[in-house]
Amino acid sequence: MFDYNFHWRPVMKSLPDLLEASLLTLQVAVLAMILGIIIGLCLALTRLHLKGPLYWFASAWVELARNTPALFQLFFFGFGLGAFGLHLSPYFIVLVGLTFNCAGYLAENFRGGFQAVPETQLRASRSLGMTAWQAYTRVVIPQVFRIVYHPITNQMVWAVLMSSLGMLVGFRELSGETQFFASRTFRIFEYFAVTAVIYYVIVKIILGASRLLATRLFRY
Amino acid sequence: MEPTVSFFSGFTINDLWFLGEAALRTLWISVLSISIGTLLGVVCGWILYEGKLAAALTVAPFLDVFRSVPLIIQLVLFYNFAPIVGLNLDPFASGMVILSIYTAALVANVARGGIEAVGAPMRRAARSLGMTYWQDLRYVVFPIGGRAVFPAWVGVALGVMKDSALVSVLGYVELLKASQILITRTQEPFLILTIAGAFYFALSYPISRYSASLEKRWAQ
Repeated sequence: MFDYNFHWRPVMKSLPDLLEASLLTLQVAVLAMILGIIIGLCLALTRLHLKGPLYWFASAWVELARNTPALFQLFFFGFGLGAFGLHLSPYFIVLVGLTFNCAGYLAENFRGGFQAVPETQLRASRSLGMTAWQAYTRVVIPQVFRIVYHPITNQMVWAVLMSSLGMLVGFRELSGETQFFASRTFRIFEYFAVTAVIYYVIVKIILGASRLLATRLFRY
Repeated sequence: MEPTVSFFSGFTINDLWFLGEAALRTLWISVLSISIGTLLGVVCGWILYEGKLAAALTVAPFLDVFRSVPLIIQLVLFYNFAPIVGLNLDPFASGMVILSIYTAALVANVARGGIEAVGAPMRRAARSLGMTYWQDLRYVVFPIGGRAVFPAWVGVALGVMKDSALVSVLGYVELLKASQILITRTQEPFLILTIAGAFYFALSYPISRYSASLEKRWAQ
C-alpha cells in the first residue's frame, strides 16, 4: 500500500499552462452562459406566448437539451454534424454544445420565473400608462431576475464543470490541457489531482462572487 | 463475383442490438449507483440536518468537493487512485463507486430539504404522542418529507443517468461508448448518434414527464 512515488515536480512546472488553460475554460463557460441566457429567454417566451411550428421547435430544443447527456450533445455537434460536411473546431464544439445545453435548462427556469409573476401586475402597469416595453423592463423582468438568479448561478457552475467534457473532443481547456500533459508524462493521478483543485477553486470563486453580487443587488 | 472487401461496413440490424444491449448496461450502472447513492445520500442528509458540529465538519466539505469537481475528473482521478491504494477495480466498479458518491452528494441536500420540509410542530406532535425519535423519522418525516422532495430526487436520478455517459472514458461499454465504437467502424456518425440519442431520450423523457405531472398533482 502506498508504495507509489508521487512526482509533483512536472505538475508544478506546467502549472502556469494549466492556469492559462483554465482561463479558456472560464471564457467558454461565460460565453456559453451569455448566449444560453439570451436563447433561453427567447425559448421560454416562445413556449409561453406562441403556438405552431415555433412552439414545437422551442419545445424540442428544451426537451432534447434536458433529456440527453451533455456529452452526447457535444458528440452530436462534434461528429454527428460531420455527416453534413459541417466540421466545427473543438472550441466551437464545446461552445455550441454548452450553449445548447444551458439554453435548454435556463429556458425552463425562465418559464417558471415568468409564470411566477402574476399577469395582473402587467395589466396594472399598463393601465398606469407604461408602454409594454416599460412594463416588461421595469416591472416584470426585475422580478423574474430575482427568481432565476440562483438557478443562473447554479447553471454557471454547471457550465464550468461541463466544459471539462471538452477533453473528449480535443479541446485544450483545463481538462484537455491536463490530459495532454498527463498522457505525455504518465503522471495521470498527480495532474488530475491538481486540476481537481483548480476546478474546486474556480467554482468557489464563482459562488462567492454571486453571493456578493446578490447582497448588493437584493438589498430590499 | 468477388465480394468487395471494405474496411468499413455499413450499419446492420445487429448493431442496433448491440446499441440496445449497451443501453441496458447504461441502465444497469445507473440503477445500481442511484440506489446505493440514494441510501448514502439520505444518511448524509440526515447528518447534515442534525448538524452536530463534528458531523457537519466531516460530511459537508466532503460532499461539497464531490459537487464542485467535474465528474469526468473524479472518474479519471479515482480510476488512477485505486491501484495506488492497492485496489484493482475494473471500469465498471470504479465508475459505479464514483457515480454512487456523486449521487450521494446531490441527494444529501435533497434529503436535508425533505427533513426541513416537515415542520417542527408536526414532529413535536409525533414525539408527544409517544413516538421515539426513530419512529418519528420513519412514520412521519420519511413519508411527508419524502413526498415533498420526490420530484427533486427524480431530477437528480435522471441527471446521474445522463452523467453515466461519462463512464465511457474509463472504457466501460455503455450506450455512448458503444455508439463511438460503431461510428469508428461504420463511419456513419449522424445515424448512430441519432439512434443513441433516441435511446437516452426514451429512457429519460417518460420519467421526467411523469415526475412533472406528479409534482403538479401533489402541489394542488
